[in-house]
Order: sequence, then C-alpha cells, then structure tokens
Amino acid sequence: MSAASAVGDGPLLEIDGLKTQFFTREGTVRAVDGVSLSVPRGATVCVVGESGCGKSVTARSVLGLVDEPGRIVGGRIRWRPAGGDEVDLATLEPTSERMRRIRGGEISMVFQEPMASLSPMHTVGSQLVEAIRLHLPLGRAEARDRAVELLRRVGIPRPEARMEAYSFQLSGGMCQRVMIAIALACDPALLIADEPTTALDVTTQARIIDLLRDLQARSGMSVLFITHDLGVVAEIADEVVVMYLGTVVERGGVDEIFHDPKHPYTRALIGSVPRMGRGSRQRLTTIRGTVPHPSDRPAGCAFHPRCDVAVAGVCDRTDPPDAVVGPARTARCVLYDPVAVSASPPADGSGVTP
Amino acid sequence: MTDLTSQAPPREPDPPPESPAAVPETPGRRSRGTASQRRLVWWRFKQHRLAMAGLIVTAGIYVVAVFAGFLAPFSSSTFDPEYTYAPPQRLHVVDRSGGDWDWGLFVHGYRSTVDDETLELTFEPDESQKIDVGLFVKGEEYEILGLIPWDRHLIGPTNPDDPMYLLGGTRTGHDLLSRMIHGTTVSMSIGLVGVAMAFVLGVTLGGISGYVGGRTDLAIQRLVEFFMSVPSIPLWLGLAAALPPEWGPMQRYFAITTILAAIAWTDLARVVRGRFLSLRNEEFVTSARLDGSSRQRVIFRHMMPSFSSHLIASVTLSVPGMILAETSLSFLGLGLQAPVVSWGVLLQDAQNIRAMATAPWLLLPGLCVIVSVLALNFVGDGLRDAADPYKR
Amino acid sequence: MLTFIARRCLVMVPTLFAISVVAFLIIQLPPGDYLTTMVTRLEAEGQQVDEAMLAGLRDRYGLGRPVHEQYLAWMSGIVHGDFGQSFEYGTSVSSLIADRLPLSIVLTVSTLLATWLIAFPIGLYSAVRQYSPGDYLATTIGFLGLAVPNFLIALGLMYVMHTVFGYSVGGLFSPEYRDAPWSLAKVGDLAAHLWIPIVVLGTAGTAGLIRILRANVLDEVRKPYVVAARARGVPERRLVFKYPLRVALNPFISTVGWVLPALLSGEVIVASVLNLPTTGPLLLGALRSQDMYLAGSIILIVSVLTVVGTLLSDVLLARLDPRVRLGHR
Ligand SMILES: Nc1ncnc2c1ncn2[C@@H]1O[C@H](COP(=O)(O)OP(=O)(O)OP(=O)(O)O)[C@@H](O)[C@H]1O
Ligand code: SF4
Ligand SMILES: [Mg+2]
Repeated sequence: MSAASAVGDGPLLEIDGLKTQFFTREGTVRAVDGVSLSVPRGATVCVVGESGCGKSVTARSVLGLVDEPGRIVGGRIRWRPAGGDEVDLATLEPTSERMRRIRGGEISMVFQEPMASLSPMHTVGSQLVEAIRLHLPLGRAEARDRAVELLRRVGIPRPEARMEAYSFQLSGGMCQRVMIAIALACDPALLIADEPTTALDVTTQARIIDLLRDLQARSGMSVLFITHDLGVVAEIADEVVVMYLGTVVERGGVDEIFHDPKHPYTRALIGSVPRMGRGSRQRLTTIRGTVPHPSDRPAGCAFHPRCDVAVAGVCDRTDPPDAVVGPARTARCVLYDPVAVSASPPADGSGVTP
Repeated sequence: MTDLTSQAPPREPDPPPESPAAVPETPGRRSRGTASQRRLVWWRFKQHRLAMAGLIVTAGIYVVAVFAGFLAPFSSSTFDPEYTYAPPQRLHVVDRSGGDWDWGLFVHGYRSTVDDETLELTFEPDESQKIDVGLFVKGEEYEILGLIPWDRHLIGPTNPDDPMYLLGGTRTGHDLLSRMIHGTTVSMSIGLVGVAMAFVLGVTLGGISGYVGGRTDLAIQRLVEFFMSVPSIPLWLGLAAALPPEWGPMQRYFAITTILAAIAWTDLARVVRGRFLSLRNEEFVTSARLDGSSRQRVIFRHMMPSFSSHLIASVTLSVPGMILAETSLSFLGLGLQAPVVSWGVLLQDAQNIRAMATAPWLLLPGLCVIVSVLALNFVGDGLRDAADPYKR
Repeated sequence: MLTFIARRCLVMVPTLFAISVVAFLIIQLPPGDYLTTMVTRLEAEGQQVDEAMLAGLRDRYGLGRPVHEQYLAWMSGIVHGDFGQSFEYGTSVSSLIADRLPLSIVLTVSTLLATWLIAFPIGLYSAVRQYSPGDYLATTIGFLGLAVPNFLIALGLMYVMHTVFGYSVGGLFSPEYRDAPWSLAKVGDLAAHLWIPIVVLGTAGTAGLIRILRANVLDEVRKPYVVAARARGVPERRLVFKYPLRVALNPFISTVGWVLPALLSGEVIVASVLNLPTTGPLLLGALRSQDMYLAGSIILIVSVLTVVGTLLSDVLLARLDPRVRLGHR
C-alpha cells in the first residue's frame, strides 16, 4: 500500500470535532458526537465500528449530504485540494456552487446499495455521461468515449453495449462497478466508499475490493473506506479509525491497530477475530451487550457498560480524554490518561498494558 | 468474513416483548410484541393534531347518530305544510323587548305573505310572536338505541305544536335540523355497515389471494382489476335501478349498502393481499411455519396482528367513500328513498336552482357530508402515518 | 414493446367479456322483457299492437329462448352496430348514443387534461417546498376537493353564479347553437361553456393527483439514487426535475386507469345536475324509466371505453418507464 505522500501541506481531509445531530420529534439524536480523523494524501483510511455508530453520517457530513432533520452543529471539515484553497466543508452551504463542484469533482462517494443508487429510469450511460459533463468541459461525443473507457477500466465487459443498459438489467456487482466508474469520472482527489461491498456476495466483494485497491494504486487518490469487515481493513488500510457511538475511540496505523490495540473496544473487536483475512466467517460474540441507541448514550465513557476493564467511579462519570498513545495514534480511554490513572489506578489492570 | 454486524445478538424469531411501561419513554424506537406495537401507534397518532381533531369530530358525529331521537327537536316525519321553505329562525337568549333583561330561550314566530302573481309564500320573522324554547322539553316519543322509550328532547319549543325551524324548513315543511340529525344515523351507519361487509369480502378474498398465491391469486386479482376498471357509478346505478320498487325501506337500505360494499372491497382486498405477500416471506412467519403451526394459527396469531393497524387505517379511509357514494346515489333518487332520511335524500330537495335560490339552507346537509368525510379522512391518514411512520 | 401491447390486449379480453355479461344482466334484471314492457306501454297509450312486428322483434332478440342465446343474439346485434331500441325515445339506441357520446368524450378527456395541467405544478411545488404555506394551502384544498361530492360543487357553483352574477349555469351550448350544425363558432361556444363542468368534475381528481404526486416526489427524493446523483454534483433543480419527477410522473399516466372510470362516473351525476347533453343524463333517465336496452348499452360502451383508455395509458406508461417496458417489476 502506498504511503502518505506529502503534496501540499497537511492532510488532504481533516475532520476536527465534527458533531452532526438529528432533530427528530422524539428528541435529538447525536449521531456523530465529536469525531476527529484525517485522511493523508494518497492514503487509504478505514473507518470501522458496529452498525449505528455514525460512520455513514460522518461520511455524508463531508459532502453536506446529511438527510433532514439532520444538521452539522459543530466541528470543522478541512478540505485541502492540491493547488486549491482550503475550505471548511462543515460550514459550506450544501447547495452552494463550490460544494456542487466538490461533489463528484474533487470528492466522490460510492454507496452501499449499488442497484438503488442508479436511477431506474435512465440508462447507465446517460448517468455516467452526466457525471462527466457536470465537471469536465467535454462535448457529448468526447464524454461518451470517456464513459466507455471508464466502464472498461472498472472491468465491465462489452462496455459499449452496457452504456444502454438500465440498472435493473445488471447484477449488483456490475452496478457497483458502474457506480465506481461514475465516482472516478472526473479523477477525484478523494473517494469515500461507504460499505461498497456489504450488499454483494462474497466473491463479488473480493473482486470489488481488488478493483478499488488497484484503482487507488494507479491513480494515487486518497480513499476513505467505511466497512464492517476487519479482513478488508487488514488488506487495504494504511490507517484505521475505530468508531463507537458517534465518537472515534482509537486511531492509528493498520499494523499498530491490529498488533497492539490500545482501546478496550478495539481489543474486543480484534480479539474476537481468531484468524485474520478475508473469508474467515466467524461470529463475533465476545463483546457482551449491545450498542445503545445514540439518544440514550451512557454517561461518561459510552463504552463503559460493555467494557471489561471499566474503572468504577471514573468511566461512568467523566468523559475519557483523547489520549495520545504514540506517533499519530490516539485512544479515547481513561487508562491512557496520565491524570486519571494516577488519581484512581485501575482496579483490574490484568489485561491492560498502557 | 468477519463481520461486525453479527455482533448484535442473533435475531430470535420472537424476541421478548418490551415491558409496556418502557414504551412511552422510548417512542419511535424499535418495539416488539403486538401490545406495545399498538401503544406505539396510538402514541404516534396522538402526536398528529389534525388526526386527533378528526377523531373527536368523528366521535361527536357518531354520538349524534346514536342519540338522534333525543338531540332532534322533532321526529323525521313531523311536518307542517303551512311552513314550506320557512327560513331559519334566530335563537334568542334574552328578551329585551320589555325594556329589561328577560333571560330565557325563545324564537320569533312567522308572518307569511302570499305573492299575488306567483302565489309563492314568503316568511318574515314576527317580532310580536314569542315562542318559548326549552331544554329537555317533552315532545314526541322515540326510542333511545331503538330500545328505551323516552319523550324528552334536548331542545324544542315548550309547546310542541309551535313552529321551530332553527335551520329552516324544507319544501314539505319538515324541520331541516331534525331531519339532518336523523339523516346522520342513516348516512353514518351506511358507512359502517357497508364497510363491515366490504371488510369481510376484502379480507377474505385478499387474504386468500395473498396467502395461497398461485392460480387462486391470479383469479382474484383479475376480479379485483375488473371491478376497478369499470366506472362504478353507472354500474351501481344500473343495479340500484333494478331493485324491485316494492321493496320496503329496510330491504332497500341493505340492498344499497351491499351495492356500495361491492365498490369498496377491492381496495381492502389489495391492501390485505399486499401485506400478506410481503409478510409471507418474513422471518417470523416462516419460523412459525417451520414450528409446525397450522395455517389458521399462522394467519390469526402471527400475520393479522402485525398489520391490524394498516387494516384499520384502510378501513377508516374507505368509510368516507361509502358515505359519498350513498349521498350521490340517494341524491340521484336511485339510492335510499323517503321516508328514510339520509343526507343524500335531503339534498334531493336542492336539485334545482329555484329551490336553492329560495331556500339556500337546503344545502346544509352537504356541509354535514363534507365535515364527516373530512374528519374520517384525517383519522384514516393519521392512523396510516402512525402505523407506518417510515413509509412517508 | 409490441409483445407488451399484445400481452396487454390479451388480458383485456376477459375483462371485456365480463363487462358485456354485467351489462346484459342489467338489461335482464327488471321483471319482464323488452316486449312485455313494450306491449304494456303501447296498450296504455291505447295503440294497436302489431303482432307481426312483435314476432319479428321476438326473433331478433331471441326472446323466450335460453339466456345464453339471448346474450349471443344481443352481442351479435352489437357487433353489427345494433344496440336495440329505446322505448323512451322510440328510436334506435345507437343513434341516441352517437348523438351524445362525442360530447361525453370531449368533456372527460378535457377534464383529464385540465386535471393534469393543474395538479402537476401544484403537486410538485407542494413536494419541493414541503411544509411551506403554499404546501399547506395545497394540502388543504386537496383534502377539501376529495371530501366534497361532485354534485355539491355543481350545486354550490350554480348557487353562487345565480345569486352573485345572475348567470344561470347549465348546458354546453348557448340556445342559438344548441341545434345548429357544427361550425367554428359552435366549437367556441362549447369551449366557453365547458369550463364549469370541467371544474366540477375535475376537482376530486385534481385533489387526488396532487396528493399522489406530492407523496411520490417526496418518496422519490429520499431514494438512494437521488442522494447518489447529488453526491456526484448534480444541481438541486435538475435533481428534482430529471430524476424523481420521471418516476413520480408515472402515477399521472397509470392513474388514468382509475381517474377515467371516476370521471365517467362523476359525469353521470354532474351532467344531470348541470343539464349537459352528454350520456350521463341519458343513462339516468333510462334507468329511472327502465329503458333497459338504452341503459345497458350506455353502461357497456362507457365501460369498454374506460378499459380502452386504461390500455392506452398502459402503453404510454411502458413508453415512459423502462421497467414496465422491459417487463421488470
Ligand atoms: N435520518 C435520520 N434520522 C434520525 N436518526 C438518524 C438518521 N440517519 C441516521 N440516524 C441515526 O444516526 C446514527 C448513526 O447512523 P449511521 O447510518 O451513520 O450508522 P452507521 O455506522 O453507518 O451504521 P451501518 O453500519 O448500519 O451503516 C444511527 O443510530 C441512526 O439512528
Ligand atoms: S474509558 Fe473506561 S469504560 Fe471506557 S473504554 Fe476505557 S476503561 Fe473502558
Ligand atoms: Mg452506514
């Protein structure tokens, strides 16, 4: 995997204390509650976490695509395109022309349900050509040529014929390839892939992952990859961000995360995977309890009701700080907070090596 | 593949029902079990202000329908040909003609003049005549709910022979208010009885269609399509016109209701079928089947409760259609006929422009139709949204 | 596409058959048959009954023979353009219908078009500006439109026009054109009269369509493919017009299937209130006086026209929606 190459200054995308909330009739849902992460240039960053922890909402916040009644209420999303000015996407008007140019032009997104992400009323080709012409000054014929070329690049056989196909005539894997082609149409600097393979069968998943890895290596774009699948993470990630209930609990390089997980939640996740690698279909049952809904998030550390090493009187009261546990590594846990640890040493430190 | 989603507890076929007490605090969240499901629907329904208003109005209208005899000043057959098209009277609360404040309900009598040329009667209020009006006055006998005889009326002239036309008189000199109240019973009950029939038909055929599937489904679907593709009014007009004229009011009432039910069942059948189809493949039904539950048990214990709210919503939404259809049929003279009074029958009087010009109050039964149909629509919409909050 | 049309036509056959049976039943339902009714009538009027004519008619309609033979006799007559005789008017049913059916069709089709024309922008506006005052207004009007029976609108309109403008509403022509041959001026006169029945007839359908369009667009704009299109930088305006609208338009076409029967149903009532020279009042009169051949024929023709209209709308839908055209559900 290619390492972060230093073009320009600072990471390509830097999310800082992002808060996105849904104001529903039943109350406010704090879906994303202070997420910080960054995507270096040319790197692949994987976001993992259980269902409902706010991965999709984080990704959508970047492009201003949060559904009603949701809104970004705080934090910053710094976008630093090469040769362009830095913009804060969190405060950028979602309907503005700048945001429109970023969407699809600088940052592309691939979604979970490939079939539903294509309009059933228009051909694949027309949607692809539209994506090209929205951002590139090409004529109809040129755009069409480029579209066919893109379809070929994502491994679609007989691309000319496929231009006239409708989404419902293609398989899920084919649709996802089309979506990837659309995403790559204007050579974006960042590709956000929100569980692009979850809806597909296992062999197709593997092919799509290979395709994405291949494309990333060739184009040098950055990828923000959201997934449930630790096998995929091990395979493609440069850096890993672990999320729990709307917050980032740990981040670090892929090797560090897998070989030396710090946060009890990450440990539980990794520890529950007996053998790494794709295809080992084991059930993860070691984390007891279930994820609470974001609207009744436990006080203190949100993970404490499920945490094996929780410190009574601390974890259920105070928010753990984001402790730096190494170069470009943080873990959000009191065990790594020098102040808290000295004040009240862990009652059971057996499995903990700070 | 190691998958974080599977960390959620494995889905049991039937999870333990949440304690009902917890539901009001956590509305809108996943709830399990039919009891709490029902509470949840009710909770969401209450949030819907228009639907609540509709429910209150609907309840009020049905109260009027049930206690029509008590609420109406007169029976539906009482009339005085002297007061053809008598205009509405104003109900006074205080009499100041004597110079001081003389509290008590009363209306003024009429002074009538005959136009020499057209021989038309015109009425004017006669200030010198004072007709005392009382609450809970003795009047004609009637039976509450058709059982308990009584002779008190909520409001009426203290002397039952005095003219009182609070909303005006009809061509035949009936009191429009009384007739509208009595019409409520017929119009609203036709809605209920008709929908009950349509419900039985629709649920049976739709259920069979959706549950059995295959060729049976196809046949029933064709039948539904046929009924939906034919313009209903001409067809039902034809059937209604073919009713033997010698039939009594009761026979006619049921015949018309049956005809109307034949219009409404198709929608219900489609709703039920659709639900059955989508539920048939759902996990808990499959697992109940694998458990070896009998078909009936699967349908009534597992499938019915899971869509009863939708069904109630659809039923509620088909009542207004029924009322409108009855009104139209009766208005055309092919539905219910005198001496039965329904809002449609009353509107027959307003068929020509001359009658309307002299007695615009004859359009008032139309207002009853609009209000009740609106109220029922609001209730139905609210129920549907409450039953299916994520649909919209 | 051709296979689609062929398949659709095949499905129509049983429906048409069922319609003809029902119409025939309606003719047969009243006690007695055509001839007994006619004889009673003629005798009541003190006229002589011509035995030879009776025998001819009995033979023509297959009266006295088994029901299915009567049905066949009636059908074969219809195939040859003979719908039977009307007592009421003493002429052939076909000439009576030919007189009035074109106006019914003009009225229904123009109401349908008006319904679309009005419902489309309002429904779209309502959806795009959800919960705006305009949306609330449109929703309220929509609710009212569905709750007020057609004939009440007609009555109300008549009353208002009469008392406020002293203008008497009714009919489709001014007296001077009523019996005049067709001319440009007569068409103009028709257009000037047509708007009232269109308003009356179209209200319910418009209200229904506004609600459907609004709900559909709202449904559609939340679909993943719209979000995906937004994510690739499609401007908001195009996002509504290009994507969801295409799908949301389907009900406009597909609801022809129920709007058309509803319009023809409503036409019966509205036309008799407004006194229009269409098939509606003819049907009502025929039903009231048990002029069953006339009534049955009108029901038959109107129903068949509906089914044909629905077929046309299905073909149009298939042209618009590739999912329908390519047989994908
Ligand atoms: N439109 C919405 N209205 C209200 N709450 C929402 C909405 N969308 C998301 N949420 C809430 O935000 C939280 C985070 O959702 P999100 O989709 O980001 O989870 P996720 O991590 O992507 O999960 P998954 O792995 O299932 O995709 C969820 O708990 C959900 O309840
Ligand atoms: S803060 Fe406490 S509860 Fe939370 S993860 Fe660390 S030890 Fe566990
Ligand atoms: Mg997600």
